[in-house]
Amino acid sequence: MMTGELVEFERVGKMYHVGDSEVHALEEVSLSLEVGDFVSVIGPSGSGKSTFMNLCGCLDTPTRGRVIIDGVDVAGMTDDALAELRNQKLGFVFQQFNLLPRTTSLDNVALPLLYAGVKRKERHRKARQVMALVGLSDRMEHHPSQLSGGQQQRVAIARALVNDPVLLLADEPTGALDTRTGAEIMALFQQLNNRGISIVLVTHEQDIAAAARRRLTFRDGRVIEDRTIEQLRFGQPDARERNA
Amino acid sequence: MNILESMLVAIVALRTNLMRSLLTMLGIIIGVAAVITMVAMGSGAQQEVDQQIAALGTNLLMVTPGYSRNHGARMAAGTRLRLTEDDARMLKEQIPEIVAAAPTMRGSVQVVVGNTNWSTTVQGIDNDYIVARNWVVTEGRVFEPREVRSGAKVVLLGRTVAEELFGEARVVGQSVRLNNVPFRVTGVLGPKGQTMSGQDQDDVVMVPLATARGRLIGHSRAVAKAVHVIMVSVADAEMMDDVHQQITQLLRQRHRIRDDVENSFRIRNMSEMVETRAETSRVFNMLLAAVASVSLVVGGIGIMNIMLVSVTERTREIGLRRAVGARARDILTQFLVEAVTLCTLGGAVGVLLAILIAYGTAEITGWPVALEWQVVVLAVVFSAAIGVFFGFYPARKAANQNPIEALRYE
Ligand SMILES: Nc1ncnc2c1ncn2[C@@H]1O[C@H](COP(=O)(O)OP(=O)(O)O)[C@@H](O)[C@H]1O
Ligand SMILES: [Mg+2]
Repeated sequence: MMTGELVEFERVGKMYHVGDSEVHALEEVSLSLEVGDFVSVIGPSGSGKSTFMNLCGCLDTPTRGRVIIDGVDVAGMTDDALAELRNQKLGFVFQQFNLLPRTTSLDNVALPLLYAGVKRKERHRKARQVMALVGLSDRMEHHPSQLSGGQQQRVAIARALVNDPVLLLADEPTGALDTRTGAEIMALFQQLNNRGISIVLVTHEQDIAAAARRRLTFRDGRVIEDRTIEQLRFGQPDARERNA
Repeated sequence: MNILESMLVAIVALRTNLMRSLLTMLGIIIGVAAVITMVAMGSGAQQEVDQQIAALGTNLLMVTPGYSRNHGARMAAGTRLRLTEDDARMLKEQIPEIVAAAPTMRGSVQVVVGNTNWSTTVQGIDNDYIVARNWVVTEGRVFEPREVRSGAKVVLLGRTVAEELFGEARVVGQSVRLNNVPFRVTGVLGPKGQTMSGQDQDDVVMVPLATARGRLIGHSRAVAKAVHVIMVSVADAEMMDDVHQQITQLLRQRHRIRDDVENSFRIRNMSEMVETRAETSRVFNMLLAAVASVSLVVGGIGIMNIMLVSVTERTREIGLRRAVGARARDILTQFLVEAVTLCTLGGAVGVLLAILIAYGTAEITGWPVALEWQVVVLAVVFSAAIGVFFGFYPARKAANQNPIEALRYE
């Protein structure tokens, strides 16, 4: 298994212009995510969680500071290079699943491979494998509308996994699911993390966050807490509080 | 992602919205069908004109006698010009650009074989006529100079006459009676079809000029060797006007027409006559085709409209594709290929429809149509080009979307 730093944020800021006013979605965020990490990101709505995740996922670029993914500064990368990076190293899971309608689960799962230039047959072979991994071997030919929410999210997770990513980014993946299905999805994430996939999971539910090994708490665009599960369990202060 | 994959993605997308795709294509289908039908009918008419011109003969001038007119007033009877065989010979000798100058007479005749009879036109000719009018003899032979000189009782049958009288039977060497005089058939003429006014040009028999004058066609005794028409074939189309003038001059001299008197003969450029009539229908046809191409442009705008709707509808899909690794250019290609596929399919269907309409119309009304494969290819390529042209803006709009905003789109 790879070790070392996967994602590094150096004094990252993200600012949006809304009309004449400036909205600081992120301010002065410095941290690093290690390979194999399972990080939960919590915080109230509007605290910058999604913005943070989009920056991790190279879907967006910072207005300040540096985001370094796998040793490369995102700012210096072309749009195409970012697309390739997302394709090869990252997997996304969204609250709204974002599956293509009127398309079989198998083709939905195989979609990232299309952009990786993989041949159709191989695409389907890989997609079947991952579908089995998320427990949907018997739902290959179903369209999203023929699946339950939990099943749809599993398809989305399979899609995120099909390219063997090093980092899985999930933005409130249980937000649209009931508690029990949510717990099942969380178990799946845990299982994936045990296989060595790094995960960043955005949520606003404490008990969902508890599944992770490290917890980042956001408020008003800043990280106000960054603790490992041990530190949380034993009430130790995090690095940032010690330094403060 | 290669272009083939893009096409597959596009076809899947089009199939999921089948009804809308079809309706969108309809504009292109109708446009292409209209243009192709117009072109097919136009070139059908053109082809017919070309055939008629070819059937007339190459670079043909027709010299006919007329009445002398003095400043518009017809002069007294007797001033009518008589054209003669000698005029024809003189023209051919004096004007080097003349390939053939054929004096001819024309009348009607009753042709009888056994107990079948057939009324037709008889032409008194010499062999120059065959040359000037581009006739071919498909069976047998043309007249021999000796037969022409001596006024032998030999005859060439037009295709229609041969078929009416002999059916499938062998014709050359057979005997036929023209106005009760027995003639021997030396040959059968190749088919020429109808004139523009619908006359069957193959409903004709031809005999040597002297024979016609002596035995078949009534004529004035006042002028020996009088003929009805002189057909002049000119070596080069460029020389037509020049030869026209030379003939005028020579005939005026020869017939001693005073300077203040108008020509008492007419010289007509045959192909020009056909062309002039064809020109009108060609202009009309081009106008129709132009109107039809407007509907193509309208179809293109329809494509653009629907593609824009589609891009907006599929904003989240675009965001998702970008998130999983599609480059901006992959998105551009996807939507462009969709538009081009729509248009090309529409174009192909339009061509099929046009073929149905054009040949259906031809079947029912008898109007000539001609559809060249180049036109078909051009139409399909042009439809594809419309797809590129009108699909580019929506496709670029799709490709330029910010992935996050696309994903957040409600
Ligand atoms: N595209 C945008 N334009 C303007 N403001 C934005 C945009 N995206 C996010 N924001 C603002 O940035 C802040 C953080 O948003 P976000 O990261 O989505 O929060 P969270 O995911 O924690 O709910 C919010 O105040 C939000 O309104
Ligand atoms: Mg959010």
